[in-house]
Amino acid sequence: MASGFLLPDPTDDDAAPFWAGTARGELLVQACARCGQRRLPPRPMCYACRSIEQRWERLSGRGSIWSFIVAHPPLLPAYQELAPYNVVTVVLEESPSLRLVGNLVARPDGPINEVDPKTIRIGEPVKIVFQKVEDIYMPRWMRA
Amino acid sequence: MPPSEAVKLIKDRTAIAGIGQTMFGKGLPDSELSLACQAISMAIDDAGLKPSDVDGLVMFSMENGREVEIARNVGLGDVTYFGEIGYGGGAGCGTVGHAAMAVATGQCEAAVAWRARKRSAKASRPWANVDHRLGGAQQWSRPFGLLRPVDEIAMLARRYMHEFGATRDHLANVAIAFRKHANRNPHATMRDKPLSREQYLAARWISEPLCLFDNCLETDGALACVVVSAERAKDLKQKPVYVHSFAQSIPQQHQVMTNYFNDDPLLGPSYACAKRLWANSDFQPKDVRVAQLYDAFSPLIPLSLEGYGFCKRGEGATYTDGGALEWPDGRLPTNTAGGGMSEAYVHGFNLVLEGVRQMRGTSTSQVGGAECCLVTSGEGVPTSALVLRR
Repeated sequence: MASGFLLPDPTDDDAAPFWAGTARGELLVQACARCGQRRLPPRPMCYACRSIEQRWERLSGRGSIWSFIVAHPPLLPAYQELAPYNVVTVVLEESPSLRLVGNLVARPDGPINEVDPKTIRIGEPVKIVFQKVEDIYMPRWMRA
Repeated sequence: MPPSEAVKLIKDRTAIAGIGQTMFGKGLPDSELSLACQAISMAIDDAGLKPSDVDGLVMFSMENGREVEIARNVGLGDVTYFGEIGYGGGAGCGTVGHAAMAVATGQCEAAVAWRARKRSAKASRPWANVDHRLGGAQQWSRPFGLLRPVDEIAMLARRYMHEFGATRDHLANVAIAFRKHANRNPHATMRDKPLSREQYLAARWISEPLCLFDNCLETDGALACVVVSAERAKDLKQKPVYVHSFAQSIPQQHQVMTNYFNDDPLLGPSYACAKRLWANSDFQPKDVRVAQLYDAFSPLIPLSLEGYGFCKRGEGATYTDGGALEWPDGRLPTNTAGGGMSEAYVHGFNLVLEGVRQMRGTSTSQVGGAECCLVTSGEGVPTSALVLRR
């Protein structure tokens, strides 16, 4: 059933392995099979050595809040119903250059407006959880 | 960075000889193509040229009216150079710079650059017209509710405030300065609406930490300019405004708008653009007394002040204190017609025209004695900038 949310395409040329990973409850990052350079978002060529060979490595799913916003209307309808809600950018513990955008939630399947925005702090440690939306498992973040 | 070889060909070799703009408003009845044709027509008249003199066209990739439509509506002659620049608000100075390069290299003799836009209708906002399923860069941000340009910039703004101690008072400095200039500009959308610090601080949130007044306007309108050789400009109707230096940049590992995935997301495109711009310029930041800085959102101003070298990294917010951006006594009167936040938001092309007016001496907030004017395009996207000289 349509959720009204915008969702990734799990068959995306570059990101399909990432979304296959979230479906298994794993956070994967693309890495160059030749030089090992990790890259996020994924792309076809390694910017460090220009190899197109790649592999996917599992990360811990731990990180900290790098920045966040609190979105207010006007927004697309499904999102406007939940406003104000938070959006966070998380820096992953494996590298200061690996970041993911997501939402801070109080429960793995809780709404994106459940955490009081006034309590959110840059630097807070978080850990990844996954929630199924339609046919895709979306990463989300809970306080660690 | 040493000056490029192109400097010999570009620096002061061309001039903006004519400018034109439609009225700014909401719900204008004319189409974008019609608005574009009107602004271009006015720019040609302003220069004292005939439509058949125009043989070059440079436009934004996002423009809805195409070159062929412009040419057969305005009645241009044979067009021998045309091109377009991508990335929305980053393109404005780029179109003028490409026009200057085309004229300087003999590919055409009179080139028009323009932007026409109808954004006041809600359905015309690009972020509201998205597919349910997203690929590419958008899949890493939009599903989580980071939907609008303001959300994307707010994420950087919060981090900037955290790293450098910037506050909402600094952002208010920006909004209030530009509003004061708009209040002096009879063509500005916000000419009759003053803005106090109290109003700013009480405004509704759009995307915390950004409020309503940290955002640009949504405007219908069009603007255009004509570029010819410096020699020819001297014989035309208006005082020539020389294209002194021009640069563009896509910085390393840049991602458009959601630039969160490289080593230092707060080093925006303006840094790389500024290196080339100043390397090719006889003027340096210390020589600049008036600027038109791209202001889709207020935090872009401190980022641009840093990137273009008016202060050190992290000092852009405090730079705005004490009325620094305000005409007439600020150390760098900025967006002297009101900018995107208070004059009109036409993807920054109104900043180009205000730069021209400053160099002609016809701004409604004229900065006395300014030899040059910096004009910049979108920070946060692949960008461009100009140094105009009188």
